[in-house]
Amino acid sequence: MDIMIKILYAVISVIVATVYGLTLGGVVQKIYARVHGRFGPPVWQPFIDIIKTHGKRVSISHGIMFYLGPVFRFAGGLGTYLFIPVIYGSVVFANFSMAGDLLLVMYFIFFGQLGMALGAGEGGHPYSPLGIARGLSQMSTFELPFSLAVIAVAIQYDSLNITTIVAAQQGSILNWTLFTNPFAVIAAMISLLGMNMHSPFSLVLAPQEIPIGPPVEMNSSFLAILQTNRGLFTAAKLVLFMNLFFGGATNLLIMIVKTFFIYLVSVIVGAAFPRFRPEQSFRFFLKWPTIIGIISIIFIVYF
Amino acid sequence: MKKIINRIKEKIEIVSLKQRDDLYFINVKEEHIIFLLSYLKEQEGFTHLAFLQAVDYDKYNMFQLTYMLYNYDIKVNFGIKVIIDREKSEMTSIHKLWAHAWQYQRELHELFGINFPGSPRVDESFVLEGWEEIPPMRRDFDTKEYSEKTFYQRPGRSTNDPKEYMKEKLYKNFVEPPKIRREDD
Amino acid sequence: MDKKNIKKIEKEMKLANEGLPEKERSLFSDVRPTSVTPLNKYLEKFLNWARAESLWFLGFGTGCGAIELRPLMTSRYDVFRYGIAPRPTPRQSSVFIIGGYASMKTVKRIVRSYEQMQGPKFVIALGSCTINGGMYYDSYNTINRIDHYIPVDVYIAGCMPRPESLIAGFNKLKEKIKAGECDGMNKYAENFDWYKKNQKRVIKDWNMPDFNW
Repeated sequence: MDIMIKILYAVISVIVATVYGLTLGGVVQKIYARVHGRFGPPVWQPFIDIIKTHGKRVSISHGIMFYLGPVFRFAGGLGTYLFIPVIYGSVVFANFSMAGDLLLVMYFIFFGQLGMALGAGEGGHPYSPLGIARGLSQMSTFELPFSLAVIAVAIQYDSLNITTIVAAQQGSILNWTLFTNPFAVIAAMISLLGMNMHSPFSLVLAPQEIPIGPPVEMNSSFLAILQTNRGLFTAAKLVLFMNLFFGGATNLLIMIVKTFFIYLVSVIVGAAFPRFRPEQSFRFFLKWPTIIGIISIIFIVYF
Repeated sequence: MKKIINRIKEKIEIVSLKQRDDLYFINVKEEHIIFLLSYLKEQEGFTHLAFLQAVDYDKYNMFQLTYMLYNYDIKVNFGIKVIIDREKSEMTSIHKLWAHAWQYQRELHELFGINFPGSPRVDESFVLEGWEEIPPMRRDFDTKEYSEKTFYQRPGRSTNDPKEYMKEKLYKNFVEPPKIRREDD
Repeated sequence: MDKKNIKKIEKEMKLANEGLPEKERSLFSDVRPTSVTPLNKYLEKFLNWARAESLWFLGFGTGCGAIELRPLMTSRYDVFRYGIAPRPTPRQSSVFIIGGYASMKTVKRIVRSYEQMQGPKFVIALGSCTINGGMYYDSYNTINRIDHYIPVDVYIAGCMPRPESLIAGFNKLKEKIKAGECDGMNKYAENFDWYKKNQKRVIKDWNMPDFNW
């Protein structure tokens, strides 16, 4: 019976996160539009898009892996989210967090992309392997500073349990990792820019480039799953960053405010900078953020 | 530019025509064209082939090809006109002088039916895929008849003479202005 | 009807794919498109609303009309506020915009792209050339009526129509979708043979499968 209640709570938590993530996407579209001097689409536009793509009458498939690609991607987003305690001290939003869940979450962030690569590869469109190659290489490069930052955090709190890490940051604003280990936060925030795929690093999914990268053949419900995952995955990443570096949240309102401002960093950078070419973005990630990440580990071990 | 034309005149027989300060035309015979083009490219600095185009004079039974060259140093356009036989409709390929000329030659082969033996990919279709009639840019091809035969016309199409129609619709009280006498009339 | 007859009819209904080389025929589908019956009334109405509010268009930019599609995305016209967005691939888009005249070469690509779109799909034909040939009515290369080759929902007349009239055309399309009048996909499936006959009359070197799903 215990597990049933836990599953019920997890379902509620996932729905809240998805709705929040999609709304955030709509708000961000609106912000971008205002920066451009436009009105922009309505905030609820992502929801209408998902309903429409689900409501398509026909759908074309290219084989088993083509079915599994979006499912893997969604499983990646779901897995990332389900092992993060969203709100510190809350039973409903605790999800399935446990000892050592940080490693599992980092694995899940990568997992979805790999599954997607297999699925999109079977689509047979020549542009999808190109998108996959770019996406996976960019993923590997921004994973490096992020991993360094996570290692620094794990050394600092002597734990891989996210709940423990959040608990250690409670009390005062000065207990946040942002103030106790600023180098790790800088490295991680730069890699978040790549993770969110906003402007300087948006080459993989940008509609103006090689047609929208990996999901070029994905249609109807396949695309709807990917769109839903986008909302959920964005929420999951933001919550993870909030937990690791910004002291977590004790209620839903604080969670929303904090994650919104974390996301705003990506949006400001995205609205201000033009797009990098792939090799430029790889070099960028392997240069400064990596050095800062190494400094953060040295900082936490020796000082 | 005058010097260049004089130098050409020493070598072969041409008719030259000045259109503007930066645009000259000469007419040459078919057998001199390769010599002239390579001379202009190598010696006189006309390194750029801007276009190669054809005109169909079906009354005189001939095609006129125009090779338009450009000199980046003196900034002059130079058109070389050649007349070829319409029945034979064959011309020496110049893809060895300018590599991109094959594309123009392919286009001419398809739209005018002028053959360029030895030009790469000259038989491939350019814009008309699977064309079965005579080349469409020739004067004896009736494009309106072909259009009516092949495509579906939407009924109710009408045409008006623009001058009369505008007079009727827009300027009903239009009075013709008095004719101004010029001195040279 | 007994089983033999059904099998015979099924065999006759299969597409021949005669344009393809013999050994490649097995790689392509030979199933013809079938018309889809709408869901129950209220669900269909809801979905139609969603379809109308989220129009992702694929611009077929071979005619001069393509130049009118770009300003739609700029700050001046900003079609995003109507839920309209460009989409680069036919698989994901629901509106197909024919940008101006279609030559015999491009109508082949138009048919291919149209058939690859996932239905319900709508077509906006832009400019006079798509209606009756426009100023190219007597050209050897410009097809006169696009609606003989693919079903069209909304025409936008003009040479060229400005972006404002394009937005008006989109709004007209929205009204028609919400009223449930746009089922070009079913129309295409029902009159499949007629459309194919017209297409093959113009596209002389048919080297693609009969139905590009």
